[in-house]
Amino acid sequence: MNKIIHLLKLGWTILSKPAVHLSLGFLTISGFIAGVIFWGGFNTAMELTNTEEFCTSCHEMRDNPFMELQTTIHYSNRSGVRAICSDCHVPHNWTDKIARKMQASKEVWGKIFGTIDTREKFEAHRLQLAQNEWTRLKANDSLECRNCHQFDSMDFTRQSKRAAAQHSSALASGEKTCIDCHKGIAHKLPNMEGVREGGSPH
Amino acid sequence: MKALTIKNAMTFAMTAVLAISSIALPLTASAEEKVIDNAPQVSTLRGTAPLNAEVTPPIIEMVENNDLKRQRDYPQQPPTIPHDISKYQLDKNFNKCMDCHSRKFADEAQAPAVSVTHYMNRDGDFLGEVSPRRYFCTQCHVHQLEGKPLVENEFVDMEKLIRQSHKQAK
Repeated sequence: MNKIIHLLKLGWTILSKPAVHLSLGFLTISGFIAGVIFWGGFNTAMELTNTEEFCTSCHEMRDNPFMELQTTIHYSNRSGVRAICSDCHVPHNWTDKIARKMQASKEVWGKIFGTIDTREKFEAHRLQLAQNEWTRLKANDSLECRNCHQFDSMDFTRQSKRAAAQHSSALASGEKTCIDCHKGIAHKLPNMEGVREGGSPH
Repeated sequence: MKALTIKNAMTFAMTAVLAISSIALPLTASAEEKVIDNAPQVSTLRGTAPLNAEVTPPIIEMVENNDLKRQRDYPQQPPTIPHDISKYQLDKNFNKCMDCHSRKFADEAQAPAVSVTHYMNRDGDFLGEVSPRRYFCTQCHVHQLEGKPLVENEFVDMEKLIRQSHKQAK
């Protein structure tokens, strides 16, 4: 115990004393450079976890949600714009992104313990997984949808009658947000029994 | 003894015919096949392309999306779907159609609610929810394409037939 206290004291005296051999300029500049490298490295590493390759490197994601995404308009369409996993599932704003990435540590836990490592397990958890995302999108007013689909840029005259009616009333007034109506647009819906009465089976 | 030799000779002859035909026939057959393939008797959805050829699929026509009811050709005809349903999920987990056409949401969506027959089981008893045998809408209801008809429609409406028969009776 005494030894540890001694070592700590020694460390503190070294840190608290001014540098003897190194110039202030060297320390400042090298500190700045190290900071840039660390910051850049950190962000690059985090961006790597935002790529489609990263998400689909696990079979859980590749065989289930990614397969379903491929038939939808967000993956393949006439104009060639594609939304990848992170565009909808990770906030673009930095602080929100960090918060979501920290939450994702639970997904690492799930990966290690194989929570959804078979199709059957995935199907069993599908409702819960979907509800997590619906809650998140409902809470942030469908922020990830709105990163591309901006209400102000919508031309109702180019929409079908029913779409225009809904968008100009419920969406415009803020009474509803995108996810309220557009559930299951990129992946198949779970069994909706008890979730919504309209389209749920018996 | 004599019968046996005749039988032997016949077997030999037949074998010879088979052997020759097995060599010669494929040559003639392939020639025939080409002729058939190049002029198919029946035009199918693939057109008249030979079976072994890949055809360019036809352009996908626009789906009718005007929300206007079409006239039914006969009283029992399931109404056609006057809007796009290409992205609707319709499986054991979820029925997107019922988001608007169910009794509960028809007023909000101003969509025709599914008729009472959809709530009947096959014994004619009414159920609280859509009967499982009526659950899959597209078994009977179909969307329409804004394409040109491939063949002329010679359908005659029932009422016209009745009117004609009345005239003839007079």
